[in-house]
Amino acid sequence: MMKSLLIQGGRIIDPSQGIDEIGSLLIIEGKISWLDKGEAIPPQPDYDVLHAQGLVVCPGFVDLHCHLRQPGYEEKETIATGTKAAARGGFTTVCCMPNTEPPLDNQTAVEYVKSKAASEGVVRVLPIGCISKGRKGQELAEMGELALAGVIAFSDDGEPAPNSHLMRQALAYSCAFDLPVIDHCEDRALTEGGQMNEGVISTKLGLRGIPNAAEEIMVARDLALAQLTGARLHIAHTTTEGSVDLIRRAKEMGIKVTAEVTPHHLTLTEERVIGYDTNAKVNPPLRTKRDIQALIQGLNDNTINIIATDHAPHTEADKLCEFDLAPFGISGFETALGSLMSLVHDGEISLVTLVAKLTHEPARIIGNSYDKLGTLAIGAPADVTLFDPALEWVVDTRAFASKGKNTPLAGERLKGKVMATISQGKLVHKDDSITIKKS
Amino acid sequence: MSKKVIMTQEDMKRTLARIAHEIIERNEAIEHLMLVGMHTRGVPLAKRLAANIEHFTGVKIPVGALDISLYRDDLSSLNLQPVVKHTDIPVSVDGKSIVLVDDVLFTGRSIRAAMDALTDLGRPQLIHLAVLVDRGHRELPIRADYVGKNIPSSRHEEIQVNLEETDGVDEVAIIAVPVAKEGQ
Amino acid sequence: MKTSQRKDNPTLQIKPKVSETTSIWRHHHILDVDDFTQEEIELVFHTTQVMKEVLSRPIKRVPALRGKTIITLFYEPSTRTRLSFELAAKNLGADVANLNASVSSVAKGESLVDTLSTLQALGADIVVMRHPHSGAPYIATRYIEASIVNAGDGWHAHPTQALLDLYTIYEHKGSLNGLKAVIIGDIMHSRVARSNIWGLTTMGAEVTLCCPPTLLPVGLSGQHRHLPSVSIQPNIELALDGADMVMALRLQLERQQSGLLPSIREYIQLYQLTEARLARAKPDALVFHPGPVNEGIEISPAVAHGPQSVINEQVTNGVAVRMALLYLIAGSQKQ
Repeated sequence: MMKSLLIQGGRIIDPSQGIDEIGSLLIIEGKISWLDKGEAIPPQPDYDVLHAQGLVVCPGFVDLHCHLRQPGYEEKETIATGTKAAARGGFTTVCCMPNTEPPLDNQTAVEYVKSKAASEGVVRVLPIGCISKGRKGQELAEMGELALAGVIAFSDDGEPAPNSHLMRQALAYSCAFDLPVIDHCEDRALTEGGQMNEGVISTKLGLRGIPNAAEEIMVARDLALAQLTGARLHIAHTTTEGSVDLIRRAKEMGIKVTAEVTPHHLTLTEERVIGYDTNAKVNPPLRTKRDIQALIQGLNDNTINIIATDHAPHTEADKLCEFDLAPFGISGFETALGSLMSLVHDGEISLVTLVAKLTHEPARIIGNSYDKLGTLAIGAPADVTLFDPALEWVVDTRAFASKGKNTPLAGERLKGKVMATISQGKLVHKDDSITIKKS
Repeated sequence: MSKKVIMTQEDMKRTLARIAHEIIERNEAIEHLMLVGMHTRGVPLAKRLAANIEHFTGVKIPVGALDISLYRDDLSSLNLQPVVKHTDIPVSVDGKSIVLVDDVLFTGRSIRAAMDALTDLGRPQLIHLAVLVDRGHRELPIRADYVGKNIPSSRHEEIQVNLEETDGVDEVAIIAVPVAKEGQ
Repeated sequence: MKTSQRKDNPTLQIKPKVSETTSIWRHHHILDVDDFTQEEIELVFHTTQVMKEVLSRPIKRVPALRGKTIITLFYEPSTRTRLSFELAAKNLGADVANLNASVSSVAKGESLVDTLSTLQALGADIVVMRHPHSGAPYIATRYIEASIVNAGDGWHAHPTQALLDLYTIYEHKGSLNGLKAVIIGDIMHSRVARSNIWGLTTMGAEVTLCCPPTLLPVGLSGQHRHLPSVSIQPNIELALDGADMVMALRLQLERQQSGLLPSIREYIQLYQLTEARLARAKPDALVFHPGPVNEGIEISPAVAHGPQSVINEQVTNGVAVRMALLYLIAGSQKQ
């Protein structure tokens, strides 16, 4: 536990409290203890000072969808390296998907992740439990046990829940625990062998395509089942115009659905695949400008509730092969803010909306059982992210804390960088240019 | 860049007439003779020589065109790839007395390549060489049998042969090229 | 075969518009035809003519690529294409070695990148690569210094095939500008079709694609900057009206198994290139097939062996075109 820390003079943006003003906040014993605007200083006398002039100060980002790979795929990432990477990206809470080996379909596995996170994790890790036993899509996992063990949602992510009957039962059953069911919407019959978005570029490159319809079919199915069961449905990584329309209409009808979108689906199109860069191979695939416009519109009218990274690290050797043979996935923690800021700089979304989609909105989906997340309210855990919205920097994957260097943004110039991250009062990431003045 | 004309159109006409006479003189069995011009300017020169020979003897000598791009030994050091041109030899070279015709004889490497090309096409009885200009600086043991004019030159000078057929004017000039900088 | 047309007609002796040096040639690799300019394709034609003359000599050999090491790396079986490349390389005086990936260490699990490193260590100057996955040669260019010649990658491209097809038309017709070209068959899975579409449209031909809708890839019917402009006509009779050239693509029998066609029988009924259908094209239309031919399926035996077929010329021209391409990229290696 650090000495008390005053974060002074930054632009405090906290959508959970409707705050957007220059001010300072004080952290004592891992909690937000004071926050005020302008030149005000706290009554307590003794604290270190972090000068935040020119920086945005906001709640630590909350990622509802990421892959930490441990247990089972530690060569790709571990909870230690993944959370370090998350911290560098400004994330203080990450929810890890259960497609590990063994999968998180029982209490022991969940306990393993929680204890690893407690001992080696650098930020808060909240596990997601499987929908089905072994993620095989045949029988329900013991969702009650998983809920007691502390999962914040259920998902078979990586796989769709293909069996409509099973998905219906999962949604119905989840109502007992008031936890959302997250679906990776993909009709496998249409996407078998698919490598990238089906369209002009897949034709040009001679690669089998993944059509928009494959996602929309499952989104429509899941929405109908959510309506039927009254359960909480969350659509993972939404990528198409059609999906956005379906979700919008479902919300108008009162169906309990939330949706997420990734930074890469908001900023990169299928044209990134030209040249067969395996780092641009991701599922669901990068789509078209038209889809991006619809997704941005969806963010702005709250059809899409949150942004989540779907951080999916792979080893370099994994991706160093023919396009068809490379695994899907983009390592996203450390470029999330930088790439998303281009939307703010281009006037597509406001800075406050962006922060809300990364903090308050995901915290609302998780709920309050894990402490007050995504907020700088007094008494909340001191999860604070500081970023410079205008700083230009070049993405150097060798500097990544993540083992996954698989990003199509390697070598790109981004504008907007996380400068410091505080997780439950502890400084877990700090850019060299940030200084803390001792009292 | 300074230019000095060494041969005018008249000079060239007289020289080509003289070479044609020399060829006739040294080739008793004129029916075995064939002129092979080397791309690019050797070809029109060969045609002119053949026309002269026909004019003086009444005998029509076959004229071929030879491209040596595929036989050069300096392909890896050139900056730009030479465009290959057509090799068109109208009759078999077997047993023929071939006179290779080129505009300028310099290092001799083109002639070496031309001889390799000709021997791949068959077995000539002999190969002679006729050039309009010999500028010296041989790098191989090659000499011309018929020379229009000897123009001693330094390596910093360029011999420019222009022909009406290819350049619109008949002229041989020597051009002083500015000294190349170190490491160029 | 229509050999008479070319030799007797002096206007078809191609006059090169090219300059003395190949400064217009920008390719260090031959990956696809989609980035060839018209001038570059004409340079290939011109160089091919010269190579054909070399092939007509008693000694079919020139020392232009002497000292160069050319290795063929074929991940898919192919006798004809590999032989064609091997002969082309040897005719230019290069040293040739063949790596048949199905029997070597690749079968033991050596990755593509490792194999390429080995070839580099062995001193390969040019690697001729055929691979079942689209894009493999592009990845190769990032991991080896040698020039890469794509001998076919997945569904994506087969540039040397397209160039020899284009040359064959050029030899007969003198120019491709304004010609009506029809390609019939499984466009979706055909790298020959893709490369030909690029090449034909660059040279000013009008391309019509004729195939069952399930074998047509998306995006070709509209206008898009990433794809060339073609017409789609699923009715073979209408497609063939007035055609100057017709290319029949090989139908792979597994297409029916994967549910893309109801039956081979129906394909034959609707899409086989027969004499009656060919009669709708121009009387001097040329018939192409990249081979190997499924006689009786995509093309009737009568048409395959008929007077308009240039299938054998395609093979002959293949060696000359490949010689031309090897010469041209060997020349780019000093840059």
